[in-house]
Amino acid sequence: MSTFMQLTINGAGSGAVFALLALGFVIIYRASGAVNFAHGSLVLVAGYITVRAQESMGITVAAILGVLGAGVLAVIIERVLVARTRGGDPIALVLLTIGVDVVIVEEVARRLGSSAPFVRVPWANEVIHVGQITVLKGQIVALCFGLVIIAVLFALFRFTGWGLAMRAQAEHREAAALMGVRNTQVTAAAWLIAGVLAGIAVLFLATPDFAGGGVSRATHSLVLVAFPAAIIGGLDSTNGAVIGGFIVGLTGAYSQQYVSFEFARVAVYLVMLAVLVVRPSGLFGTKEVQRV
Amino acid sequence: MALALPLYVSEVWLRVFEYAMVGAVAAIGLTLLSGHCGQLSLGTPFFMLVGGTAYAALAADAEAGSDLVGIGLPPVIAIVGAVVVSSLAGLAFAPVAGRVSGIYLAVATLSLVFLGLYLGQRFTEFTGGAATGRPAPPFTIFGFSLTTREPELTVLGVPFGAQERMWYLFLILVIGGIFLALGAVRSRPGRSWRAVRDNPASAAAMGVNVARARATAFAVSAGYAGLAGVMMVLWFGLLKADENEFQGSWSIAAAISLLAIVIIGGLGSVWGAVLGAAFVFGLPLALRLLVPSVPLLASITEGSGGFTPSVITAFAYGSLIVLVVIFEPGGLAAIGRRITARFGR
Repeated sequence: MSTFMQLTINGAGSGAVFALLALGFVIIYRASGAVNFAHGSLVLVAGYITVRAQESMGITVAAILGVLGAGVLAVIIERVLVARTRGGDPIALVLLTIGVDVVIVEEVARRLGSSAPFVRVPWANEVIHVGQITVLKGQIVALCFGLVIIAVLFALFRFTGWGLAMRAQAEHREAAALMGVRNTQVTAAAWLIAGVLAGIAVLFLATPDFAGGGVSRATHSLVLVAFPAAIIGGLDSTNGAVIGGFIVGLTGAYSQQYVSFEFARVAVYLVMLAVLVVRPSGLFGTKEVQRV
Repeated sequence: MALALPLYVSEVWLRVFEYAMVGAVAAIGLTLLSGHCGQLSLGTPFFMLVGGTAYAALAADAEAGSDLVGIGLPPVIAIVGAVVVSSLAGLAFAPVAGRVSGIYLAVATLSLVFLGLYLGQRFTEFTGGAATGRPAPPFTIFGFSLTTREPELTVLGVPFGAQERMWYLFLILVIGGIFLALGAVRSRPGRSWRAVRDNPASAAAMGVNVARARATAFAVSAGYAGLAGVMMVLWFGLLKADENEFQGSWSIAAAISLLAIVIIGGLGSVWGAVLGAAFVFGLPLALRLLVPSVPLLASITEGSGGFTPSVITAFAYGSLIVLVVIFEPGGLAAIGRRITARFGR
């Protein structure tokens, strides 16, 4: 039982991080109609800036720089490239972001060489004992931090003018524009937020507690595990992204313990396939209606 | 010209072209699926692994003292078997491939890459595992090997070694693949795929079974991928499971480079896929050969953090994807059509 509790807490911790990434996918999808395959490169860039700056400036400043860097990069990608293909079909946008991703990842990997430096967060490599349960401090911090950010984001969607504008735009782009919603600003802001979320996520992803690897190509492919989170929940549902994130985190934790370490990565994808067979638009996604 | 090339070109350069042909076959299948049926797939490397593994297991002789599976069929039958097995694997994915469309499918097929990684390392009696791999059974017809130098042969004073022979084998496979694909595009299946791509609802109203058309396109592209997998194994002379999901012959990087071929060539264009493969698969190997003789290349590839041929290629095709999507959604095929339209008559 104590193993199970331990797994649940650790799984929820990584689930919160995946939820942040999945929320980024959903926010961008609602704003631009594109699945951002360049999300992994945003994470990688934020991680790279952080590990390069942490020696001289300390981790706090470095982390802020990394998070802002990812946000700015996301806005640049949107303004310079994605906005040019507005009205283009979603597949073209996916391909575009794949192209961007290839270039950025290759450049960061070239700069890193064979090194994979950790983000040196103060809570790394520490455990907390609660009764019989031993949990990693990093996972607790990730869980609390993730939940706070998710709460703030949902408050943003619910109570601010930008949140209202974004929901209106996702509902019907032209109608929202006629009501005075500035599409360009709303979309750019959405990419900014998604980039910032990616930047925050790497502060947990590239620590020894999470997957045991520093900033490297492996970090980039960890982000691919957040894809199933967004798909399980439904690409256009923010609630779904959070739930999907936790499903992915818990599935990973349980299957790592009860089946095998290698199987854990596949298990997440198998869950996604099972969900897709039953509900092709995810658990909470809007079903596409075809009009002839 | 292609027939006489081995008489003039050295072995190392033949290998470059042969590798591009491997990419071409896989990309033809993918361009049918993505360009004509509108389904995006990142799962191609998985079916390549399935095809390569099936060929190795079917064609290898069972050896005492080794736990590798070997059935010992003639290689020609083994190739056909490999294509059938990978098509069936594609068909088995039908519950997902038939129902799920576009972007959702792209992410769903990502799961196949992870599945391939897991299965490849788990079932070492088929794949040989990630550490050592297993040797590729040579391809022989009536005792004449097309992938090794046995028996010896000299044509017009040029010794025909393994690479020269493999050139002709690959050429036959690629040309066969091209003509089958062109046939499919022009006839009934191609028309039903395009109808589903353009509007699933109206396709259904016209009597096309949408789920079946999508599943068929997926199975066909899986079959092409399987053949490409066999060629990959023959080219390396080795079948080996990947160590991780982000680099290797069956990895996400391979999936993305195949997608890059299809986009750069022009979605849906069979000849574009061949050209794109020459660029994306051929360039890194060609650059590697050029490095020692071109001083500029030698200086920038040196040391850690250097611009290695694979880095240069990734930069080139990554930015080409972006440029193609923004400026010329038809890819190389559309550029080619425009040039022939201008000078053609």
